[in-house]
Amino acid sequence: MAFESTSSYIATDALKQAVNAAVLLERPLLIKGEPGTGKTLLAEELAESLGTRLITWHIKSSTKAAQGLYEYDAVSRLRDSQLGVEGVENVANYIKPGKLWEAFTASERVVLLIDEIDKADIEFPNDLLQELDRMEFHVYETGETIRAEQRPIIVITSNNEKELPDAFLRRCFFHYIEFPDRETMQAIIDVHFPDIAPRLVSEALEVFFELRSSPGLKKKPSTSELVDWLILLMSDELAQEALYHRDPVKALPPMAGALVKNEQDTQLLERLAFMLRRQKGTGR
Amino acid sequence: MFIGLFETLKRAGVPVSLRELLDLHAAVERGVVFADMEAFYQVARTVMVKDERYFDRFDQAFAAWVTGIEDMDAAIEALIPEDWLRREFEKQLSDEEKAQIKSLGGLEQLIDTFKKRLQEQQKRHAGGNKWVGTGGTSPFGAYGYNPEGIRIGQEGSRHRRAVKVWDERRFRDYDDNLELGTRNIKMALRRLRKFARQGAAEEFDVGSTIRETAKNAGLLNIQMRPERHNAVKILLFLDVGGSMDDHIRICEELFSAARSEFKHLEHYYFHNCLYEGVWRNNARRGSERIPTMEVLHTYGADYQVVIVGDAAMSPYEITHSGGSVEHFNDEPGGVWLKRLAEAFPHLAWLNPMPPRSWEYTYSTQLIKEIIADRMYPMTMEGLETAMRQLAK
Repeated sequence: MAFESTSSYIATDALKQAVNAAVLLERPLLIKGEPGTGKTLLAEELAESLGTRLITWHIKSSTKAAQGLYEYDAVSRLRDSQLGVEGVENVANYIKPGKLWEAFTASERVVLLIDEIDKADIEFPNDLLQELDRMEFHVYETGETIRAEQRPIIVITSNNEKELPDAFLRRCFFHYIEFPDRETMQAIIDVHFPDIAPRLVSEALEVFFELRSSPGLKKKPSTSELVDWLILLMSDELAQEALYHRDPVKALPPMAGALVKNEQDTQLLERLAFMLRRQKGTGR
Repeated sequence: MFIGLFETLKRAGVPVSLRELLDLHAAVERGVVFADMEAFYQVARTVMVKDERYFDRFDQAFAAWVTGIEDMDAAIEALIPEDWLRREFEKQLSDEEKAQIKSLGGLEQLIDTFKKRLQEQQKRHAGGNKWVGTGGTSPFGAYGYNPEGIRIGQEGSRHRRAVKVWDERRFRDYDDNLELGTRNIKMALRRLRKFARQGAAEEFDVGSTIRETAKNAGLLNIQMRPERHNAVKILLFLDVGGSMDDHIRICEELFSAARSEFKHLEHYYFHNCLYEGVWRNNARRGSERIPTMEVLHTYGADYQVVIVGDAAMSPYEITHSGGSVEHFNDEPGGVWLKRLAEAFPHLAWLNPMPPRSWEYTYSTQLIKEIIADRMYPMTMEGLETAMRQLAK
């Protein structure tokens, strides 16, 4: 059940090794990398290639670790007890299982994605140590222990916004998704657009890598931006024309909005083009 | 089986524990890799390294292990930034040598000469008056700084009096400590948080709901209470420039950690000692100086003051008017420090220098006296004590 590149996802050898090691040794796999390099997508593809279900737990700044286990809705129970609703005497009716509970009790071996763990409070990872290690937790209200029958495959993504505690890191395997080189990028495009014109791809890639190499960009465009951009280009012939006959002194490539996402970067590129134009002007 | 690799990694400064070693054995035993060096490298990296900033070190250590090179020192050397070496090298200067330093004209020339001298010095390893200078000694004796000489491009200031011997291990510690630092500091700063209740009613209050419901003869009466707010107000003073350049990174980490922890946080920069003006923008030569008196009057006594600085300076800066290294101050720094300490009862001074060096620095002693001994080292323990003291 080794993880391989799928029809819609290109995995490098290093990534395959990392995933396979994590799956075999039943350890959570921590994935870092530039935004847009397919961290979240990896979990989806992994679930698909293993033919299993994906349970996603999106982490927000307000997310508490306990919410992943279960939540006890005391207010509803209190209200129901006044109204005399049936079943109020059973506390279990008011316990809502969280994502970890769901993953632990699934009948098959599922993939659990803990997405963007660095968004949460700094203590969040520490609160999950035991649960991830033993794959079990205790429900105090009902006195039962939820134990994973099939240890889920856990994929954790982080954007490096916060440091993760050492104790947590020690329990994980780690892989850093590097930005794909041109060859890998070509493979990724081939997977996404099987019948795209080769000329469009090569021109687009040229512009793309050139853009990435411009100094001082706040947010460099990444794989997901390139894919979006290509979709736009494919649907607009005029833009394709503009790309083929692009003017080096024109500030931005056609449909640049898909690649460059903030105002400062747009301005920066325009300034660069302006300087280029002036150089040409004096050269004449 | 892989103890050799484990030890090599440890020596290269990759944080690995026994757990990682056992994991690697397990991975090989379970057949994740077999007879494929490249795959083994990938798996070993996945299992042993938990942060991409150690990848480089891992690569070097792995290469060393594979080729069987025992001598890791050469590889580690490559990790030390060049300008660190330079700066450390300079610290070997004795006070006498410093005193003999002669002025050299022009910034560009200064840098050139500095580099040339450095090469010579590496060969001869002798001091003397040829050594790249600080533009002579200031009126304050051997402790002084000459503005012309302090800043050579990005080299930062070079006269730290406490450290005389280049201890090779310091680099490695520095290298590692920084990474551990952010978290530790953040943890300690959290202790500062006192939860006071103010603001809009938002949170469900279990305790008083039960009480009120019971009073209500069992009819549910839900009570809300204000959400928890962090009411701690912090006034942060950061020493920039001069002898603090080495610590500026730690300071900035402390600063950024502090930013996210407090609702009310004001920061000001100063240089060496507090005088009549402070500034908020670190482009410190800028014109926007704020009178310290204004700062003292703006914030209430309930603000807690944290000063970050090494307190290493010329004693004249504290005791004499006109003692500042960059302007003429009407009143000595000590007077301003006293005013600050009086205006804000909750005050702590964090000093990045190791405590054992404090007693050798006269200015540190002076400042400690002024702020009633509330100086703490910038370690986890020191921070905790400082925060406990502040919260009193």
